[in-house]
Amino acid sequence: MAYSDKVKELYQSQLKSIQDAGLFKQERFIHSSQAADIEVEFPVGSSLNKVINVCANNYLGLSSHPEVLKAAHEGLDSRGYGMSSVRFICGTQDIHRELEKKVSEFLGTEDTILFPSCMDANAGVFEAILTSEDVMISDRLVHASIIDGMRLCPAQHDTFKHSNMEHLEKKLQLHANKRLKIVINDGVYSMDGDTAKLDEIAALCEKYDALLFVDESHSSGFIGKTGRGTHEKCGVMGKIDVITTTFGKALGGASGGCVSGRKEIVEMCRQKARPYLFSNTIAPVVVSGVLRVLDILSQSTERRDKLEENTKFWRKGLTEAGFILKDGDTPIVPVMLFNAKLSQDFSRDLFDLGVYAIGFFFPVVPQGAARIRTQISAGHEMHHLEKALDAFIQVGKKYEILGKTKQEIIDRYGC
Amino acid sequence: MEENMKDIILEYVIEEYCDEEDDDVTYDTPLISGGLVDSFSMVSLKRFLENKYKISIPDADASPEAFDTVNSIEELVKRFL
Repeated sequence: MAYSDKVKELYQSQLKSIQDAGLFKQERFIHSSQAADIEVEFPVGSSLNKVINVCANNYLGLSSHPEVLKAAHEGLDSRGYGMSSVRFICGTQDIHRELEKKVSEFLGTEDTILFPSCMDANAGVFEAILTSEDVMISDRLVHASIIDGMRLCPAQHDTFKHSNMEHLEKKLQLHANKRLKIVINDGVYSMDGDTAKLDEIAALCEKYDALLFVDESHSSGFIGKTGRGTHEKCGVMGKIDVITTTFGKALGGASGGCVSGRKEIVEMCRQKARPYLFSNTIAPVVVSGVLRVLDILSQSTERRDKLEENTKFWRKGLTEAGFILKDGDTPIVPVMLFNAKLSQDFSRDLFDLGVYAIGFFFPVVPQGAARIRTQISAGHEMHHLEKALDAFIQVGKKYEILGKTKQEIIDRYGC
Repeated sequence: MEENMKDIILEYVIEEYCDEEDDDVTYDTPLISGGLVDSFSMVSLKRFLENKYKISIPDADASPEAFDTVNSIEELVKRFL
């Protein structure tokens, strides 16, 4: 038996280290569909707690939308449960290509290729389109899946300070002699909720002849006037060479992702991207659901408009109550607590009051920048937000942080 | 020479990684374990050292521990001079 006591003890010791460092992740079992109101079993074995969910990526409230469910059922009935194949053998149905065309239309791009997830899209795209003669220049706060994708790519990599255009320009000058340069950003940064300065970045890319990559996972469907994403908000639709995004957040919340952009780049992914070549096709039921989501979003901006109003209410309410928020106007609203233990205690107290929001701390966010990350949804009604706000204020009063400065909170709780 | 190298490294670290609100960085400030520099961004520092001192630092030696403070970075560079 290769799994000896020695090996077992090695893993047990590593797991204990994770626990001792306070970094052990525990799942909370949800006994309902994803929605504003959910029923949660936590800790395991406890009775169900009915809570308001303010930490889902369900920005448009479409995860359990009746029309999406209906479309998914129809897809299941007409195209089956699974394809038992990768795309290029016998895993491509008419609806897969239909979805690729609809996504291109929605994002304003030339072509699109589906991946099992956006994690896979980011893991596969760089290796497929770059060589060791090229350079990837990424914002320092890009998502972990992009970092993994860059690690798998032989091109040189470099980083620039978060959203710092001066630093980016220096890096573009430094790497002027490379065959290809690609500047890599998130559209909306998932931990801080701020938006990339895509107009300025696109101008720099044009000036220094660099390709522009944006991960729109936290923006597709609701950022910009018609929800096309950060490129719409910044007025640079058509100027982004590579967009990756997910169907696992606002666009229905099930799974799947894509690379969308210049048609040659998309074709290179179809020929060379390993997660596309060696992973199963997206299930027909998911494809059918996403097709319906895109129809809903193309017909009306009602849901993204409601999300915008909900976000304004939530940000205003928390600010007026005296919380410190990260600046921004997206539905990702980080409530800054700075101290790791305080973020965990705060989250636990919220849960007891019927509000589900998670505390994040180092190494997920920088040292001394612990926070509760809240995420607002079009699925929230005003009574949800009012109740959640009351709970935040109650817990904020308990820890005496309302109206306090960052320094005052750090002086009291440490960082 | 010794102080000079530390100052050169410190100056690069501040210019490359620090924002205005970052507290004073010294020779002993933990850069990676302290969260100031992430291990992925460390690569530009490695490239800077290799170009500046005309050395080659093998990946196996470019550990987060070796790059954690200006002091430890200086020790690392000296091993390859």
